[in-house]
Amino acid sequence: MSNSSTSGVGSVGAQPVPARPSTMDAEISLRVDGEVRRLTVDTRTTLLDLLRERLGNTSPKKGCDHGQCGACTVLLDGERALTCLALAVAYDGAEITTADGLAPEGELHPVQQAFLDRDAFQCGYCTPGQICSAVGVLDEVGRGWPSHVTEDLTADVSVDTALTHDEVAERMSGNLCRCAAYVNIVPAVQQAGGVQA
Amino acid sequence: MKPFAYARPGSVAEAVRDVTAEPNAVFLAGGTNLVDHLKLGVARPELVVDVRTLTSREVSDLPDGGIRVGASVTNSELAADRRVRERYPVLAQALLSGATGQLRNVATTGGNPLQRTRCVYFQDVTTACNKREPGSGCSAVGGYTRYHAVLGVPAALPDATAPETCTATHPSDMAVALAALDAQVQVLGPAGARTVPFVDLHRLPGDDPSRDTVLEHGELITAIDLPPLPAGVRSAYRKVRDRASYAFALVSVAAVVAVEDGQVADVRIALGGVAHKPWRATRAEQALSGRPATVDSYRAAVAAELAGAQPQPGIDGGNGFKIPLLTRALVATLRDLTPEA
Ligand SMILES: Cc1cc2nc3c(=O)[nH]c(=O)nc-3n(C[C@H](O)[C@H](O)[C@H](O)COP(=O)(O)OP(=O)(O)OC[C@H]3O[C@@H](n4cnc5c(N)ncnc54)[C@H](O)[C@@H]3O)c2cc1C
Ligand code: FES
Ligand code: FES
Repeated sequence: MSNSSTSGVGSVGAQPVPARPSTMDAEISLRVDGEVRRLTVDTRTTLLDLLRERLGNTSPKKGCDHGQCGACTVLLDGERALTCLALAVAYDGAEITTADGLAPEGELHPVQQAFLDRDAFQCGYCTPGQICSAVGVLDEVGRGWPSHVTEDLTADVSVDTALTHDEVAERMSGNLCRCAAYVNIVPAVQQAGGVQA
Repeated sequence: MKPFAYARPGSVAEAVRDVTAEPNAVFLAGGTNLVDHLKLGVARPELVVDVRTLTSREVSDLPDGGIRVGASVTNSELAADRRVRERYPVLAQALLSGATGQLRNVATTGGNPLQRTRCVYFQDVTTACNKREPGSGCSAVGGYTRYHAVLGVPAALPDATAPETCTATHPSDMAVALAALDAQVQVLGPAGARTVPFVDLHRLPGDDPSRDTVLEHGELITAIDLPPLPAGVRSAYRKVRDRASYAFALVSVAAVVAVEDGQVADVRIALGGVAHKPWRATRAEQALSGRPATVDSYRAAVAAELAGAQPQPGIDGGNGFKIPLLTRALVATLRDLTPEA
C-alpha cells in the first residue's frame, strides 16, 4: 500500500495511528505459558498460527480454522477462547495459557489428570482444546455463570447445579471430538470439578 | 488473506475518524465473524480499526430504570449479568443459545447484531451473491434454502439474476431478543451521535441487499440501551435448530408479554431465522392485543403474521417447513409465558 507515513501500526495500545499506516507488520508482546515473547507479526497472523508456527507451541490444534471445532482453544487473559479467529496484533500484551502450560513442567493440571483417569480421549487431537475449555468451564461455573440448559436463570449457579451431565455437555459443546470420546469427557470434567460422576 | 493495515487508535472518536477517512476500512471487535470473513475473502478491507478496547465494557443502570450495555461487553458477561437474568430473561436466554462458550467470551454487544448472514452462498466467494457482490445474482434461488427467509421477501422474487434478489436471513439470536425488547442503539458517527431504535437498525434487502443495516460508513455502535419493562411482564426466547446445541436457528421466537384479567395487556414478539432482519411480528402483536390469553388467540395471531409468508423452494426440499415450525414455536412460547391463561 502506498503511504509516506512511517508510524508503527498498533504496536502499543494508546498511540494514535494514521488512517493509512505504512506497514502490514506490527511488533507485539505476549506472555505465553508464563514466558514473555516479543515478535513482529504480519497483521494477518492469527494467534493460532503465531503459537504453532512462530513459537513452536503445537498444543493448540488447527481443526477447522473457522471457529467451529474448538481444537484451538486456549485461555486468553484467563478465559477460554478460540485462537483461530483472533488476530495476534489485536492481543498485544495479552496473557495466554495453552494446554502445554497449564501445570508446571513434569506435573499435571487436575483437568489433565482427570482426562487420564477417565480415559477421555482416543486419538488425542481435540484433547488440548478440550482440556483448556474444561478449565474455562470450571472457572465460569465458579463465577456463577449460567448456561443454555440452566433451569432457573435467577438462581445461583454452583458446582452442585452446574456440573450435571446435561450442563457439562452443553458447556463443552464448542469442542468437537471426531473420535466421539464424549462419554468419557463429561465424567472427566465432572471429576475435575469435584463432582462424583 | 489480502494484506491490511491494523490500527488501534486512542479513542472512539479517533476510531470513527480513521474508518470514515478510508472508504475500505472496517471496525474490529471480538473478530469472531470478521476474521472468518477475512479468511474466506468475503471481507477485503484495506484497514482494520480495532475498537474492542475502546468502547465501554460496562453494564450500567439508566435513570429510567433500564440498563446501558457498552459495545465491548461480551456475550458471556451480558448473559451472566444479574439484571439481565432477572429483568430481561429473553435476552439472557437468547445469548446463551448462541454459539459456544469460547465464542461468547469474545463476541461483543456491538459485533453480535452486526454479524453477517450465514447463507452458504454469501460465504462462498466462488458463487453469485448480491449481498457480497452487488449485481452478481443470487445462488440461493433454487439452491439450498433451509436457512433462508420466508418473510419480507419481495413478491416479484425469486429471480436468480435480479440485483435485488436476496433471501438471506440474519443469524443473530441476541438481535431477536433486542428487537422484542425495543432496545435503543447508541451510535457515534462522522456527523456526531445519534440513537437508532433497534427495530430500525437492520434493513430488508430492498434495492440493495449488500446493506444489512441503516448504519453509514464510519458509524460505530457505542452502547445498546434496554428500556425498563412494565411490572408483570414475562419474557422468553425459544430457538429451534437441527441439533440440541451449537447450531444456528432454523426459527426462533422472542416474546415479551403481560396478561391482566385473562387478557393480553402488553405483547412484543420478534422472530429469528425467517427474514433478512430480526422480524418484529407487529401483525401478531395487533391480533393479540386486548384479546383473551388463550391458545386459540395465539394460533390466530401467528396465522395473521404468516399470511404473507413466501416459502422458498430449494434442492434441499425448500423451507416451507418453517411455517408449521414457527407456528408451533410461537404458540408454545406464549403458552409457557401465560400458564394462568
Ligand atoms: C461456529 C460459530 C457458531 C456461531 N453460532 C451462533 C449462534 O448460534 N447464534 C448467534 O447469534 N451467533 C452465532 N455465531 C456468531 C457470533 O455470535 C458472532 O460472530 C459474534 O457475536 C460477533 O461479535 P464480534 O464482537 O466477534 O464481532 P466482529 O467479528 O468483531 O464484528 C462483526 C461485524 O460488526 C462490525 N462491528 C463490530 N463492532 C462494531 C461496533 N461497535 N460498531 C460498528 N460496527 C461494529 C465489524 O466491522 C464486523 O462487520 C457463531 C459464530 C461461529 C464462528
Ligand atoms: S481450529 Fe479454531 S475452532 Fe477449529
Ligand atoms: S480424541 Fe480424537 S478427536 Fe477427540
